[in-house]
Amino acid sequence: MSNLICQFRDFFVSLKLTVVLIALSIVLIFAATLDQVNLGIWAVQQKYFHSLFVLWRIGDIPVPIFPGGYLIGGFLLTNLIAAQVYRFKLTAKKSGIWLTHIGFILLLIGELITGLWQEEFALRLDEGETKNYSESYRSNELAITETTDPKFDDVVAIPEKFVARGEAIQQGKLPFRVVPKIYYPNAALAARDATTPGVAPTPATTGIGLQATATPLPLTYKQNERNAPAAYIELAGPAGPIGTWLVSADPRFPPQSFEYAGRTWKIAFRFERSYKPYSLTLLKFSHDRYAGTEIPKNFSSRIRLNSPDGRDDREVLIYMNNPLRYAGLTFYQAGFENDDKTTILQVVRNPSWQLPYISCSLMTLGLIVQFGIHLVAFIARRRTLPSAVV
Amino acid sequence: MKKFIPLLVLLLGALYLGSTLLPPRESSVFDLAGFGRLPILANGRLKPLDTVARNSLLLFQGRQTVVTPAGVKVSPTEWLLDVYFHSDAADRYRTFEVVHPDLLALLDLKAEDGDGKKRFSYLEISKKIPELERQARLAGPIESAVRTPFQKSVMQLYGALVQYQRLKHTLAPPTTEDFLAELLRFQKLLPTGVAAVRAKQAGQPHDEATAKAMIELGQRYLFMSETTNFLAIPPTPEVAEDTAWQTTGQSLLSAFQRGSVDSSVLAYAGLGYAWRQRQPEQFNKLVELYHAQIAKRFAAQLTKSDTEARFNAAAPFYSSMSLYVGALLIAIFSWLKWPEILGRSSFYLILLAWLATTAGIATRMWIEGRPPVTNLYSSALFVGWGSVGLCLILEAIFKNAIGSVAAGLTGFATLLIAHHLSLTGDTLEMMRAVLDSNFWLATHVVIVTIGYSATFLAGFLAIIYILRGGFTRSLDKASAEALVRMVYGIICFGTLFSFVGTVLGGIWADQSWGRFWGWDPKENGALIIVLWNALILHARWGGLIKARGLMALAVFGNVVTSWSWFGTNMLGVGLHSYGFTDSAFMALTMFVASQLALIALAVRPLTKWRSFQSE
Repeated sequence: MSNLICQFRDFFVSLKLTVVLIALSIVLIFAATLDQVNLGIWAVQQKYFHSLFVLWRIGDIPVPIFPGGYLIGGFLLTNLIAAQVYRFKLTAKKSGIWLTHIGFILLLIGELITGLWQEEFALRLDEGETKNYSESYRSNELAITETTDPKFDDVVAIPEKFVARGEAIQQGKLPFRVVPKIYYPNAALAARDATTPGVAPTPATTGIGLQATATPLPLTYKQNERNAPAAYIELAGPAGPIGTWLVSADPRFPPQSFEYAGRTWKIAFRFERSYKPYSLTLLKFSHDRYAGTEIPKNFSSRIRLNSPDGRDDREVLIYMNNPLRYAGLTFYQAGFENDDKTTILQVVRNPSWQLPYISCSLMTLGLIVQFGIHLVAFIARRRTLPSAVV
Repeated sequence: MKKFIPLLVLLLGALYLGSTLLPPRESSVFDLAGFGRLPILANGRLKPLDTVARNSLLLFQGRQTVVTPAGVKVSPTEWLLDVYFHSDAADRYRTFEVVHPDLLALLDLKAEDGDGKKRFSYLEISKKIPELERQARLAGPIESAVRTPFQKSVMQLYGALVQYQRLKHTLAPPTTEDFLAELLRFQKLLPTGVAAVRAKQAGQPHDEATAKAMIELGQRYLFMSETTNFLAIPPTPEVAEDTAWQTTGQSLLSAFQRGSVDSSVLAYAGLGYAWRQRQPEQFNKLVELYHAQIAKRFAAQLTKSDTEARFNAAAPFYSSMSLYVGALLIAIFSWLKWPEILGRSSFYLILLAWLATTAGIATRMWIEGRPPVTNLYSSALFVGWGSVGLCLILEAIFKNAIGSVAAGLTGFATLLIAHHLSLTGDTLEMMRAVLDSNFWLATHVVIVTIGYSATFLAGFLAIIYILRGGFTRSLDKASAEALVRMVYGIICFGTLFSFVGTVLGGIWADQSWGRFWGWDPKENGALIIVLWNALILHARWGGLIKARGLMALAVFGNVVTSWSWFGTNMLGVGLHSYGFTDSAFMALTMFVASQLALIALAVRPLTKWRSFQSE
């Protein structure tokens, strides 16, 4: 093997690299913990852990200032595998280290998969309400729904990023083009009185936009707030513009109906929906408190789970520390509002949820074996040298 | 003769502990202990009145002692009796601590006029209550983390006064001379009175005076029920729900429907009468009868509340603290003289103190029906317990008093931290819904807390190495090598427990919230401990560090662990607050600084270490 390759290998095999990588990951995690105060938990994960580099904006230029989670994790993985291949022989004495390291490799891979594919949605249900979709915590979509046939709705959902791009969108199902004129990633709504002299002109030509305006707001990263984007959307048929609507993802902003070519449509900016082939109905939400206090004792939602194929039609009880796992999703009790009449369930898809169990069992076993070997050796040595230095 | 010294020390220590278990010598002709054992439902938990008295006093003034204006020392229960039944006397006791100079000025008080230059009576404060209320309204909407020290002391005193009002309205309205007589009149008037009010409402002829008296009483009891949240009156036999206790006011209001005053309300009014009239025989008889009456339905709960009152009086953590200090001093002295005898003596004392904390923690677990760690206070108890337990094992193996010194240090320090954490109120809190899972509390929380114990212990052993090796000649080669082994072994132990504990936390999160890891501050803190221990082990295995390096890194483990334990809870506090005013944050900063200084000592060249110079 050439000298260069040897050096390269030695670098990746070395324990020094391990120690440096562990130190770097400690600094990274510590900095990320502190930054949560400013950015909130989700943005911190993106910035520090699900990234190759932590970027610092100097003016408009992002400058990498520290290795990110993927980079450190990648190096650790390489370091571990290389050490495993070159340094450790598979012997009984080293079996603990083997188990721990293999477990750790699996853990890193699992975290990578989680980082890439985990999805989280919220499902809000009023008592008695039935829904067959959950809503994204962060993403939004422009939904144009044809409601001509009362029996079903035909929905075209355009993800927010296309609206943000501002280019005209032509979708096969729609007899018109969708032209986003103005887009604000977060906006405040205010009433607009068109009769007041000197009122600012609005880009909207029809719908609620005549009585309301949207003004841009800075993006929020707070845990308990979300951005409510707004946009002015022009729809244009072959014969020219049909109109320009103001739409907003603010839940108080209703969908707007219009007629075109003898068909009825609705246009709305809304939280991105994830439809399910089954529905959930909230039968009852309960919020128990300890006697004489406001300290919550338990939250629980009694839910009817219904699938159209008739296979599932049953009641389930979702409460603290007891989620519903169904069809690859986990539904758990996340909150409540509206004077205990509305439940908020968090819906999580995590395709690699079994991996941490496997990897952590391996690592635990490995640590017990390895430290057990140390301990036995220590005791044996003390037995043989009873009077020597302790 | 000398060899009996350790046994003698053991005997004395055991006697000291035993003496705390004896029932307190009755200093009063009143059955105060019996009254203190009566149960009341507060903060969601049935507890003895003794606990209410002690916790309230800790909240008001940070200590449980009360001295009357006449200079007589009274027990917490006696004080509570005065608050309940003789409030014009209680109003004169100086039980409210006011320290902040601006707050003193606001209340028109001078520090030198107060007991201990800081304690004042309700009467002295009461003149300025409207102004205090105004300040509390100003400070109230501000997030507690960003309040100024003045605003914090306003809110603290205001909270204390609110609690005091609640106490005063718990069993009788504070304005009545003779509540028992009032209740007897009320009882007698009830049938005609209710009829008169009904007739008045229906617009029919009625006795106006009776109706008016009835309505006034109703308003009076309504005010009482709204002013307190202490549920003192047990549910009547018709009510199946065991937790459906009521305030005295609520019970009196329901008397309008029931047609009679609840016997528990009358019993307390009778106790109040006997207390005011100084009639110990009646008082003691009533306590006994009322206790027996409650026992019919709540026998199991009464056993617990009796035990809790005994536990309060025995104060096992306080006695352990004294024993730890004693053992620490003896152990340090054993390095200079009589290593064998003094070493064994200190080991015995540590063992006794550890047994006392074990008993204390076990009692708390039994009372609460929970695993040992349920909040920050109990985590401090348990970190100390785990660390001293490990020290006992080390000392049993190595017999060089190092384990005893570490035990004395960590045992005392953690109990001191626990004491400061206990000043905010009842330490046996109800678990919020998210945490209400005994299985995970028993596994994840316990194991991760043992991980804290071990990491701290490794750090304290390293401190012993650094100080003893650096500043004395007493650290011989054998002791130094033993210390390296101890630190290494404890770090291995700490790695295992903090890793398993953290993983179990992940599993709990996955079971409850559908995600294994969420990068929240507490999770990250635990992870950093695991990583730090792993770093030490890898550096050691790679030969990157020797003895002194190991010690320096182990001391930094203290910083990492204290960050995870307390720092993550202060995030928000430390970063948002104006200046570092928060005392806990200050304490943490000081601790971290001291640890960094120790690390600097550890990395000095070997020639500066007094123990190693001769080599």
